[in-house]
Amino acid sequence: MLDRARRSLARIGHNFIDNVWRVGAMARFFALVLSASGTSFRRFRLVMREVYFTGVLSLIIIVVSGLFVGMVLGLQGFETLQKYGAQESIGVLVALSLVRELGPVVAALLFASRAGSAITAEIGLMKATEQLTAMDMMAVSPMARVIAPRFWAGVISMPLLAAMFSAMGVFGGYLVGVVLIGVDNGAFWSQMQAAVDFRYDVLNGVIKSFVFGIAVTVIATFEGFDAPPTAEGVSGATTRTVVSSALAILALDLVLTASLLRGAH
Amino acid sequence: MLLELTPLFARIRPPRVTEENLVEIDAVTFGYGRRAVLDGISMRVPRGKVVAIMGGSGCGKTTLLRLIGGQLRPTRGAVRVGGRAVHELDREGLYALRRRMSMLFQFGALFTDMTVFDNVAFPLREHASLPEDMVRDLVLMKLEAVGLRGAHNLMPSELSGGMARRVALARAVVMDPMLVMYDEPFAGLDPISMSVVGTLIRRLNDALGATSIIVTHDVVESLQIVDYLYFVAEGRIVGEGTPAQIRATELPVVHQFIHGETDGPVPFHYPAPAYDEDVGIARARAEAAHA
Amino acid sequence: MERTTIDLWFGAFVLAGFAALLVLALKVGNLGADNARTTYRVEARFDNIGGLKVRAPVRSSGVLVGRVADINFDNERFQATVTLALDARYGFPKDTSASILTSGLLGEQYVGLDAGGDDKKLAEGDRITITQSAMVLERLIGQFLFSQAQEGGSKK
Repeated sequence: MLDRARRSLARIGHNFIDNVWRVGAMARFFALVLSASGTSFRRFRLVMREVYFTGVLSLIIIVVSGLFVGMVLGLQGFETLQKYGAQESIGVLVALSLVRELGPVVAALLFASRAGSAITAEIGLMKATEQLTAMDMMAVSPMARVIAPRFWAGVISMPLLAAMFSAMGVFGGYLVGVVLIGVDNGAFWSQMQAAVDFRYDVLNGVIKSFVFGIAVTVIATFEGFDAPPTAEGVSGATTRTVVSSALAILALDLVLTASLLRGAH
Repeated sequence: MLLELTPLFARIRPPRVTEENLVEIDAVTFGYGRRAVLDGISMRVPRGKVVAIMGGSGCGKTTLLRLIGGQLRPTRGAVRVGGRAVHELDREGLYALRRRMSMLFQFGALFTDMTVFDNVAFPLREHASLPEDMVRDLVLMKLEAVGLRGAHNLMPSELSGGMARRVALARAVVMDPMLVMYDEPFAGLDPISMSVVGTLIRRLNDALGATSIIVTHDVVESLQIVDYLYFVAEGRIVGEGTPAQIRATELPVVHQFIHGETDGPVPFHYPAPAYDEDVGIARARAEAAHA
Repeated sequence: MERTTIDLWFGAFVLAGFAALLVLALKVGNLGADNARTTYRVEARFDNIGGLKVRAPVRSSGVLVGRVADINFDNERFQATVTLALDARYGFPKDTSASILTSGLLGEQYVGLDAGGDDKKLAEGDRITITQSAMVLERLIGQFLFSQAQEGGSKK
């Protein structure tokens, strides 16, 4: 009994130390990626290729989800606002919640599960089939040739995807609010414009999604690079990418919201 | 076909410093953690020759290649390639050296997101800023040498195991390296592909004036193409010689290898305590005696 | 330089992303709506501004004519100093009064301007002298209860 308790305690401690180790290793990995980024900018086509695979191929899920989220926000918001006779504020509600929070956060979560997991699986498989070692043996640094372009592609794609998500969401809110329910078109847009501030709302959202982009791609590339070279290793790493990305996004969102809001007032 | 290309290769080849051994391994010890994989191994690879390192699975053959390529550093001893100590080079020095050597991985390690053509062109495009039409000529020339010029537009997933190995071979020699290392080039191939790959290794080595090291456990195939063989077991060299010497030898380990015997100097059993002790027979017997 | 389909996709993707940002900035946000116009600043002192915030609207007859640019506390007069940025297209008489109002029952607070009869117009740096502070709900209720109690007392 005592022995079992001691063993489970030891396992918790072991897991904790292992996670601390991963965070440290990830930080070192991030520094390595940054220092190996020269090639990515000298040969920008490498990055463009990865933007195609991470960004362009995530477009459909981002655009469709954005539209749905906006429409749902519109319907739900209308229910509540109607009670206070403030249906016209539906545009404000949809736009503010999208631009400040839902756009960056949900787009980043979708990006992590669509593109992040793909990056991890791809790099993990390249490692398992010795492609990375082969590249290293050809005197080509995998860090500069494989990892860094994927990292920068993610950092470039994420804010753009989040902006598209928010824009589609606002359009969804417009469809529900103005076209379906019949809120006055002018009131919808003018109230929105009066309430949404470019710097405090839109730009802060962009900053958030930029940080999320860095976090998700660092996690995705690290997990792929660190994956044990077996089938279970790669699938485990893919799962870890999605889980740790989601946690990182939500935790960072709290920190960013707190610090950006302080900056606003 | 290859014979026609030979003069071309000869012209591209840079002049060499004449020195007898390209690779020298001196009393190298290496271990992962506490387990020693290599235990004081020494070997020489003369220039222009094809040398095989033979041994069972997990005897440290691949580790040897990684030591030569500078991916691993020996715990003790020295690894020299072309007179330079590989384990003392910094990253730039190592990359400079690696541009002149290449390695064929066990399953080819072709880049799965590129066509056959782009795979073979990869080292050229990364290292030499050649005009695209020259890259094209060089790549098609190497693909022709392995008989796969017609497959240059295929993706690696569309190739059979033997074809993938040949493409990897073309990629390995596209920079005209001075040293080519082959990690299990025959693994998982049918007999025909096996002898095709074997013949290609020999012919390309001679045509390029390169030096080759083959790590394999396939004795029959390698006896036909190599100049010299080393037998490795449990981290030590247990036998060596030219194919003629090996065929004539009475060394038990070599005999075991050639004839594929399950037990011998290379034991069938992983080291373990005595069997009757482990399964409790000894104790049962002792208890019976006590009673 | 040779062109590939990747270039086309990359270009289209980046353009779409920036178009979305532009929509967010111009159509959803207020960039270009009133930031670009020239404004002039006037001050007004209030005893109590309630929940008024920077960037709250300034309206006259219900029309948006400017925004609250700055809110400070005057430590000599113990009053709030509110700086209003008014649209240069609109001129107001010197004796215009400013009051802090609430849109709807629980809505956001804004500054309402009621034009006076003076011939001279407010200019950059002027001060609006006639002001009415925000209604604070607790005080209103307090006043209401007080007057009820008085009425009740007089009836007896």
